[in-house]
Amino acid sequence: MSGILILNGRVIDPANGLDEARDLLLCDGKIAAIEKPGSLKNAEVAETIDASGLVVAPGLVDVHVHLREPGQTYKETIATGTAAAAAGGFTTVVAMPNTIPVNDSVAGLEWMLAPERGSVVKLFAMPAATMGSMGATLTDFAALHKAGAVGFTDDGKPILEDAIMREALVAAARLGVPVSQHAEDTHLTGGCSMNYGTVAFRLGLRGMTVEAESRIVERDIRLLQEIENSEGLRPHLHVQHVSTGRALDAIREAKAQGLHVTCEAAPHHFTLTDEAIGDYDTNAKMNPPLRAEVDRQAVLAGLADGTVDCIATDHAPHAAHEKEQEFERAPNGITGLETALGLALRVLHRGQGLSLSKILALMSAAPAGIVSLSGRGSLSVGSFADIVIFDPAASWSFAAKQSRSKSKNTPFDGAPMLGRVHATISEGRIVFRQ
Amino acid sequence: MASMTQESQGSKKIFHYAPGSLLSVADLSVADVSAILTVTTRLEQMPHAQRVALLAGRRIALLFYESSTRTRTSFELAAKSLGATTTLVSDKSSSIEKGESLKDTGLTLRALGAECVILRHPSSGAPFVLARETGLPVLNAGDGMHEHPSQALLDARTMLMRLPGRNAAKANAKSLDGVTVVITGDILHSRVARSNALLLPQLGAKVLLCGPEQLLPETALGLGSGVEIVRDFDAALRRSQVAMMLRIQKERLAGLELDLADYIARYQLNGERLAAQAPDALVMHPGPMIRGLEIAGDVADGPNSAIELQVSNGLSVRSALLLRALNAGGFESVTV
Repeated sequence: MSGILILNGRVIDPANGLDEARDLLLCDGKIAAIEKPGSLKNAEVAETIDASGLVVAPGLVDVHVHLREPGQTYKETIATGTAAAAAGGFTTVVAMPNTIPVNDSVAGLEWMLAPERGSVVKLFAMPAATMGSMGATLTDFAALHKAGAVGFTDDGKPILEDAIMREALVAAARLGVPVSQHAEDTHLTGGCSMNYGTVAFRLGLRGMTVEAESRIVERDIRLLQEIENSEGLRPHLHVQHVSTGRALDAIREAKAQGLHVTCEAAPHHFTLTDEAIGDYDTNAKMNPPLRAEVDRQAVLAGLADGTVDCIATDHAPHAAHEKEQEFERAPNGITGLETALGLALRVLHRGQGLSLSKILALMSAAPAGIVSLSGRGSLSVGSFADIVIFDPAASWSFAAKQSRSKSKNTPFDGAPMLGRVHATISEGRIVFRQ
Repeated sequence: MASMTQESQGSKKIFHYAPGSLLSVADLSVADVSAILTVTTRLEQMPHAQRVALLAGRRIALLFYESSTRTRTSFELAAKSLGATTTLVSDKSSSIEKGESLKDTGLTLRALGAECVILRHPSSGAPFVLARETGLPVLNAGDGMHEHPSQALLDARTMLMRLPGRNAAKANAKSLDGVTVVITGDILHSRVARSNALLLPQLGAKVLLCGPEQLLPETALGLGSGVEIVRDFDAALRRSQVAMMLRIQKERLAGLELDLADYIARYQLNGERLAAQAPDALVMHPGPMIRGLEIAGDVADGPNSAIELQVSNGLSVRSALLLRALNAGGFESVTV
C-alpha cells in the first residue's frame, strides 16, 4: 500500500483556475485524483493527511537559488539548501552556476544534479552562459541543454558585452530556453555597496544607481527586438530580481510590444527598503541592493499588474564570519527560502490585497512556466505530486537559528510572517512536516 | 558581551552598544552634548594631580587603520593626561597586515585588557562592527566617508568659545541660535561634514553645504532639515558667521573629474573673498589643510582663524569622551 490522501483542504491551483474544497490522492509520485470532498475517502493509502483549515497548493518553484556546492560547502550544500527549500514550501529549485568551479560544463551539471548530492526536492540548474562566467566565450548550450539545463545565466554578474549577450540569446532561443540576466552595468557600480540615495549619503557608502540596473535591461530588450527582426527567432530574456521602477517600466513596455521578456522579484525587495541597513547591518546587504520606498512601491505595482511574472528568492547563504565584517567588505546576499511564503502572504496578501491564488501563481505556475517544467507548478491529474500544505492565517515569527540552511544571514530574523507551512510533498514523498 | 544586547523588532534589529560608545553624533542627545562640554571645561580647569588619577590604571587601545596626526595624537595625549595606559595598533605593524579581521583584532585587544577602543578606519560603519562584536565602548575616530563625531563636538566647542555671547561650558537646543555655518568643499567624502551637519542643527545652527555637484550631491539634503545646499560660495558666505573649509580628498576622488583651477576660483576661501563677503566670519578647518587650494595661507593664519583652537579643543573634548567611555572619575561627578 502506498500513496497519500489529503482530505478536506482548500485546494488552490492557479494553473487550473481552482480554489475550492477538494480531496487529493497521490500515487507513485504523481497526482492520481482530485475530487470533491468525501469522494476519495475509501482509497487505500499509506497515509492520510487532514488538511482541514489549510490550503493545499502546488509546491512552490524557485527559479533562482544559490546552493554553494561545489566549492563553498561551508555556506550551504545541495542537501541543506534543498532542506531549507522544503521547509519553505518549495518542491522545485533552480540552482545558479556561480559555484566553485563555475557550473559551465556537462560534467559539472551532471555532478550537481546527481542523486548523490542528496537534494531533498526536485533540483534543476541553469549553467553559466559563458565559460567561467567570464563573459567572453559561450558555453556549449546544446550539450548542456541535453544534459538538463533549463536556461543559461552568468548570475552574480551580467553578460556585459552586447555581442556575447546577443549570441547567448540566439543560442538559447534555438533551444527554447531563457537567458536569465543579472541586470547590472558594473561600469557604474564599482565600489558600491548599497542603493544610491539619501541613506547611502548619510551612511557614507557609495551607492548603485537605478540606471545601473535599467541600462542593462534596456540594452537586452533592444537586442531582443533586433534578433526578432533579423533572425526570425523569438528569444526569451528573463530579468532576475528586478528592484527598480525604471527597469520595470522598460519590461512593461517590452511586454506591450510583444517581446518575450519575463522577470522575477525577490521578497526582500518588496518588503524592505535601504533604511533596513540601519547601523550597517550586513544582513541587509545584497545585490541588487534594497532600494528606496518609491522603487519598493514600483515592485509592488509590478507584482499587482503582471509586469513581474514570478517571485524568486535569490537564496544566497553566507557564513557568519563573512557577514561579520565591515559593510563594504561583506559579501552580498541573504537566505530566503524559508521566509518567501511568509513575506509574500504578509506583504502581498494581507498588505496589498493580492489573492492567495495570485500569489501562488507567482510562486508556482508562473516560475514553472518560465523554465518550461512539464508536470510541475499545477495540480493537474498526472502531474508530479509536488504539494505544499499551509495555514494561510497563521502568524508567526521567523527564527534564523532554526533555519535548515547552513547559513543564517537574513534580515528577517524575528520578523513577522503570515502563513505557516505544515507539510511539503515532493514527487509524493513528504519532505517537510511542521 | 556584557553590555550589548540585541532585540528584534519586526524585521529591524536594534543593537544596544556599550554605554559611553560614540559611533555617530546621531547617538547624542543635546543633554549628552551638554554633559560632554561641561566635563571638557571642568577637566581643563582641574589640577594635574587630580586629573591624572581619573583613569589611572585603565587601558585604552587606539586602533588606527588610517594615518592620522591630530586625531591620534590628541586621543593619545588625552588618555595619558588622565593617567590611562594606551597602546597603538596600526594596520601597518600588526596582524591586520596578515589579514586578521576587525572582529578578531577587537577580540584580541579585549582579551589583552583593553577597556575602550578608539577606532579610525577607512570603511564607513567599521566602529559599529567593532562595538557589536566586542561589546566594548568604542569611540569613532573617523570611519570612511561616514562620521567623525569627536571632531563635530570640538568644532561646536570652538564656535561656542569664539562666537560672541555663547557658553562653551554647556549646551542646549538654542546654543547656536542665529548662527549660520557654511561647510564648503568635498562634502561627499567628508565625515567631518556629516557629523557637523547632524550636530550643529541640534544646537540651533543653520548649516549651509556648499560645493560643486560632483562633491556635493543633492542626496546630502537627507542629512536633515537643518541643512541647505547653496552652490554659490559667495552667496553662502554672506549669510554665514562661520566658514568651515574642507580638504579635497584626492585619494577618494576615483574617477571624478575636477578642474582644480576652476575649483579654486569658485570655492577657495581667500583674504579678498572673506573681506568682501563676511569680514567677521570665524574660519575653521578640520585639517589637514592644503594651503593654496581650499584655503589661502593668509586666511588660515589670519585673525579670523580658529584652526589652532580647534586642535587644542580636540585634546580637551577627547579627554571628556574617554572619561565618558570608561565611566570613570566618574563622568557624572566631574560634571558637578
